Amino acid sequence: MSPVIPLLLVLALGVVGWLVARARARTFRRSDPARRPHSLPGYHAWFVALCAGLPAGLFALVWSGASQGLVMASVLADPAARDLPAFGITRDAILAEARALATGQAEAAFHPLARALVPAFEHALRLYGGVGVTATLVLGFAGGAWAFLRLRPEFTARTQVERIVMGLLLGASLVAILTTFGIVASLLFETFRFFEFVSPLRFLFGTHWAPDPMAAVGPATGEAYGALPLFWGTLYIGAVIAMLVAIPLGLMSAIYLTQYASPALRRWVKPMLEILAGVPTVVYGYFAALTVAPAIRDAAKAIGIASASSESALAAGLVMGIMIIPFVSSMADDSIAAVPQAMRDGSLAMGATRYETIRRVLVPAALPGIVAGVMLAVSRAIGETMIVVMAAGATARLTANPFESMTTVTFQIVAMLTGEGSFDHPATLSAFALGMVLFLVTLALNFIALRVVKRFREAYD
Amino acid sequence: MTTFHELDPVDAKISARDVSVFYGDKQALDRVSIDIATEYVTAFIGPSGCGKSTFLRTLNRMNDTIASARVEGEIRLDGEDIYRSGMDVVQLRARVGMVFQKPNPFPKSIYENVAYGPRIHGLAGNKADLDAIVERSLRRAGLWDEVKDRLADSGTALSGGQQQRLCIARAIAVDPEVILMDEPCSALDPIATARIEELIGELKGRYAIVIVTHSMQQAARVSQRTAFFHLGTMVEYGKTSDIFTNPREERTKDYITGRYG
Ligand SMILES: Nc1ncnc2c1ncn2[C@@H]1O[C@H](COP(=O)(O)OP(=O)(O)OP(=O)(O)O)[C@@H](O)[C@H]1O
Ligand SMILES: [Mg+2]
Repeated sequence: MSPVIPLLLVLALGVVGWLVARARARTFRRSDPARRPHSLPGYHAWFVALCAGLPAGLFALVWSGASQGLVMASVLADPAARDLPAFGITRDAILAEARALATGQAEAAFHPLARALVPAFEHALRLYGGVGVTATLVLGFAGGAWAFLRLRPEFTARTQVERIVMGLLLGASLVAILTTFGIVASLLFETFRFFEFVSPLRFLFGTHWAPDPMAAVGPATGEAYGALPLFWGTLYIGAVIAMLVAIPLGLMSAIYLTQYASPALRRWVKPMLEILAGVPTVVYGYFAALTVAPAIRDAAKAIGIASASSESALAAGLVMGIMIIPFVSSMADDSIAAVPQAMRDGSLAMGATRYETIRRVLVPAALPGIVAGVMLAVSRAIGETMIVVMAAGATARLTANPFESMTTVTFQIVAMLTGEGSFDHPATLSAFALGMVLFLVTLALNFIALRVVKRFREAYD
Repeated sequence: MTTFHELDPVDAKISARDVSVFYGDKQALDRVSIDIATEYVTAFIGPSGCGKSTFLRTLNRMNDTIASARVEGEIRLDGEDIYRSGMDVVQLRARVGMVFQKPNPFPKSIYENVAYGPRIHGLAGNKADLDAIVERSLRRAGLWDEVKDRLADSGTALSGGQQQRLCIARAIAVDPEVILMDEPCSALDPIATARIEELIGELKGRYAIVIVTHSMQQAARVSQRTAFFHLGTMVEYGKTSDIFTNPREERTKDYITGRYG
């Protein structure tokens, strides 16, 4: 049931309510010019419009979702549905086809059963659509009328509108939070299903990763799901190689920008550095796969490292390090700049050089902020997908040789979800368990980083 | 207006001639000339914004850290022009120490705060030397007894008065020849202030001390020479007793008697 028509109706109701209420509120002033009404006519108008529109609009949205289930239930109750296969892909396909026919989105039926179901669909859609529109209209009228009847010169429309607006703002901010909870819940659900096939211990500490989405599920299934090589690859690329690049470069550029660069130069370079953070990661991926990886392989071969492959942990890690320089440098920049000028002056007045001042006073004082920046950067790096998909490779390997290909958690999530396996196969489900681990680790990193930053802020305020 | 007064025939540690300072286009100091001797504590007084801090900061070239600041004129330390090209500013600041208005200990331990200067200038050969320097500096700053059992605690955890004495200890740890103090007591209570004034009395003669202060009483108590600044010029400079009891300039008198400022 598409919510477009009911929502348009709601909008129209709101506009009508707005106009009527404003006209009514204007009469208050005329009828008794001596007493000033509590609120301006505009507030009365908005009060009525919101009362008419909000509940009805919400209902229309909810109904458009809820009615799907009702339609389906009534179709399945129809005698024609008795011939449907019990479950699986065919059943869903037939139902979808019947639905498309009923709503006029398709012309010809591919499956004979679909045509038989069309009348049932049409009937249900008409019924629940009608119910939805009617209920929406009734709600809108009721809300509008209730609000309209409350209009008086002394009615506190201004305060009421303020409250409704606050509620709307609160609702908007809740959406993001609730979505997070929704994500966690859905991840959790699928993760538990995965752990019905594979024990968590084996998953977390097993060293053999070779899921086969086509393999039959048996008692030995769990043996192919040891994710340790993935965790290792993720940390090695994201937390070791990338950080070896990003920490020194990010820190040094932050120091240069805060302590040495002229204000004019700083005005140019800082935004340019931050643009790095806005480059789509797929672009970095190309760079890693097409330019950096072959160069590294050739260089490694030239110095006699035979195992060097064209997809390497080093290539992915290097490019990822470049990508997260702005994260490190902008946090380091902020926290170095936040060290009071008095510290710097105190050190310089002792006869310290600028570099000594930076190394012995500024960086130690800014260290918590810098550490927090690094942690945010790590969490960003281990969640990064495109670069590793394009440059790191698919082989799960427990090795410290950066010239070999390695795979990461994010890469395997993509691989498992885009594979041919059915949705309830452990191979597919493993993607959710991997996602859950990634989510928990990055959550912990961000949480610690924010705590550290907060403590640091307090120290100087 | 340039006013320069000959004083008793002691050797000048610092002699400034026609020093002008500009912040961008704005002139903050106009041709100040003065001789400062190790034998005395010298006080700079004057209404807010008259250029006392600006002048003080020219003496150890801390104005270099302000991009817009420009200094003209000549300042000699032991006869050596400190603004000549090739002057080692780092070395200069080791010889001319500074204590700021607001105590600014580093967020390090008490010990490390005092050891900071000796470390960067390589004054101590070994740990025992460094310990000795730290102890001697803290003793001279009158802080030793209060902190000797907690040298590893953070310097920022001390009280305001203790922090300021720590900063003084930090400054004297490199054995400077001159100590510049810019309103060192303005953030302190009367007891801590008295303690610092007492300390200045003890340090007098060992170091040339220049102190900026807004308190006439403080200038009278701690200094033997006083310079009165007004609107970027040095109006009068002389014996503290003369300045306070028998000023030559009308403006000095007005300021001393509290008619403006
Ligand atoms: N960094 C700066 N940039 C521009 N102008 C400055 C700067 N520092 C000081 N000034 C200006 O120079 C003049 C002298 O300032 P200065 O700080 O030397 O005064 P002061 O005598 O120390 O005052 P106070 O007693 O309030 O500390 C003032 O007009 C001030 O606005
Ligand atoms: Mg000042």
